[in-house]
Amino acid sequence: MSQVASFSIDHTGFLDAQGKVQGELPAFARDAETLTRLYKAMVLTRTFDAKAVSLQRTGRLGTFASSLGQEAVAVGVGEALRPEDVLLPSFREQGGQFLRGVTMTELLLYWGGDERGSDYAGPREDFPICVPVGTQAPQAAGVALALKLRGEARVAACVFGDGATSRGDVYEAMNFAALQALPLVFVVNNNQWAISVPRARQTAAETLAQKAVAAGMPGLQVDGNDVIAVRHVVGEAVERARRGGGPALIEALTYRLSDHTTADDASRYRDDAEVSARWKEDPVARLRTYLSEAGHWTKEAEEALIADCAARVEAAVEEYLATPALPPSAMFDHLYAELPAALEAQRDEVTANNDAEGDEP
Amino acid sequence: MSELALVEAVRLALARAMSDDETVLLLGEDVGIDGGVFRATDGLLARFGEARVIDTPLSESLFVGLAVGLGAQGFRPVIEYQFMGFMYPAIDQVLNHAGRLRNRTRGRLSCPMVIRAPYGGGIHAPEHHSESMEALFAHIPGLRVVIPSSPAKAYGLLLAAIRDPDPVVFLEPKRVYRATKEDVADDGAALPLDQCFTLRDGRDVTLVSWGAMLQETLAAAETLAAEGKEAEVIDVATLKPLDMETILASVERTGRCVIVQEAPLSGGVGAEIAAGLADRGLVSLLAPVGRVAGYDTVMPLPRLEAHYMPTEQRILRKLRETLAYT
Repeated sequence: MSQVASFSIDHTGFLDAQGKVQGELPAFARDAETLTRLYKAMVLTRTFDAKAVSLQRTGRLGTFASSLGQEAVAVGVGEALRPEDVLLPSFREQGGQFLRGVTMTELLLYWGGDERGSDYAGPREDFPICVPVGTQAPQAAGVALALKLRGEARVAACVFGDGATSRGDVYEAMNFAALQALPLVFVVNNNQWAISVPRARQTAAETLAQKAVAAGMPGLQVDGNDVIAVRHVVGEAVERARRGGGPALIEALTYRLSDHTTADDASRYRDDAEVSARWKEDPVARLRTYLSEAGHWTKEAEEALIADCAARVEAAVEEYLATPALPPSAMFDHLYAELPAALEAQRDEVTANNDAEGDEP
Repeated sequence: MSELALVEAVRLALARAMSDDETVLLLGEDVGIDGGVFRATDGLLARFGEARVIDTPLSESLFVGLAVGLGAQGFRPVIEYQFMGFMYPAIDQVLNHAGRLRNRTRGRLSCPMVIRAPYGGGIHAPEHHSESMEALFAHIPGLRVVIPSSPAKAYGLLLAAIRDPDPVVFLEPKRVYRATKEDVADDGAALPLDQCFTLRDGRDVTLVSWGAMLQETLAAAETLAAEGKEAEVIDVATLKPLDMETILASVERTGRCVIVQEAPLSGGVGAEIAAGLADRGLVSLLAPVGRVAGYDTVMPLPRLEAHYMPTEQRILRKLRETLAYT
């Protein structure tokens, strides 16, 4: 008998749960301005999420998926990409979407039930939020194939959760991406829970990163509560892909401190003690501790940031709430490039019903 | 102008579209050196190269997802499924994404694509190779579903499908891939989508069908003509969106209608046409709308396949019944 293949999975982390540096920080992290930008992006995301949950609780927003506790994953990914790259998110990547120019108003419109929330004014080529789990992975492979065929130095990034790694779509996409050496980085936001199913019951595999091994690409694990580590490892994978080095899968280990969505009640299946313990690994607190101890952050700066984030979120909420619904016939506007004649009667019926019955059905 | 079989007309249209527009790509299993299991892409790899004729791994769910990404990036991917029976893993991508992307982004992103697949029975194929499941796709908003019935229709409709800015499911009647030949000019002229074609004029009854069943339908119309009754034969061609206007106008003249489909009877496109007649053509009807269809059974394996397929005799029986109704 002889061994024909073997693998190992590297784990990267720089800031531990207490905000202490382990090993040597990557070059970008020696720039205080970069780190404070990452910190501010995480705080803004947390402020937005809290406000969105409260809007849902008071009947002013639909079901919403908070990224509480996982801000470092999306923010690290967002920071690692260039504006010309293409992000294909799942539904918990608001932190990264904001960095790429998606507005808070747009995401509130989306979760508030308005298609205009996916018509991003900023990153025009980024994909909208993807609800059917993992289905954006094959699309990311398509985007990356387009970038490669045109010979562009651009990269696609696709983020999904731990549950998605059990889906065939994700494996099919990884397999094809590796075969074609596509400029594509897959990031697993492993927040340990797929609604009520814990990571241990999702797969018998030791890590999710090793799912890359069967596809023939590098698989790496990173401390997903350490935004420096996420930014560094994803950034290296993105630049490698940009140089023609092919795809990679990065598993970011984090924890879903919130319910799955506002429609979920995690107390039905998860101990409060487990959640409390995980708060000690909070990605926001650990970077704040590091920045404070390094002399880059002050109490005054913190207070100003909290006030600024609250004001920006409030302004977005006001803009969202002040946006009237589209006329009912708008559901026909973009069904096809041009509405087929066969559908004109249905559009006219919707308009006529609305005229007869008023704005509210 | 050359005499071509339907599958050759498909190949001619693919080659034409690829030479006219460098964003047109072919993807699928065995579409490269093998030229596809029905040879629809034969020679295209040699002519257009590996960057545009892409042999994929066996990943049927992947293909439409890839096409969504490629389409959103400005390419016009043409995906080949080897048989319709292997398309179903992709319904998630078709329904949740391809048909929705333009709408859900208010037109910011769109994904033109053509999803080609041979469909239908009658060639004694193995299990899962013979179904006619077009109604599954015709139910999905945001899509077009197109089925050509002849070589010339295949050429013109496929060009139209590739040039269309929205996703098109293009189902090819494999039973007649090589059954008949027809003069097809490689003039790059597309045929119109979203509209029926009247293949034969007649005043006594309207016969509506699509795809391979038009062979039997036209034969039945010929037999009927010898009996002194003229059937108007309509080739639906685009099943979604459905051009009811042409069918209604014909039934207004004839007062009688028989719909022929290979697919199972219930919930088929024929039912939608019959409902359209009930809805908007009732006062023209002199007889109940007749339907000749496959049965609501699992498609039989080849030994019983011929008993499932609508035949000229079954069509004639329904035609005579419809014509005799007073």
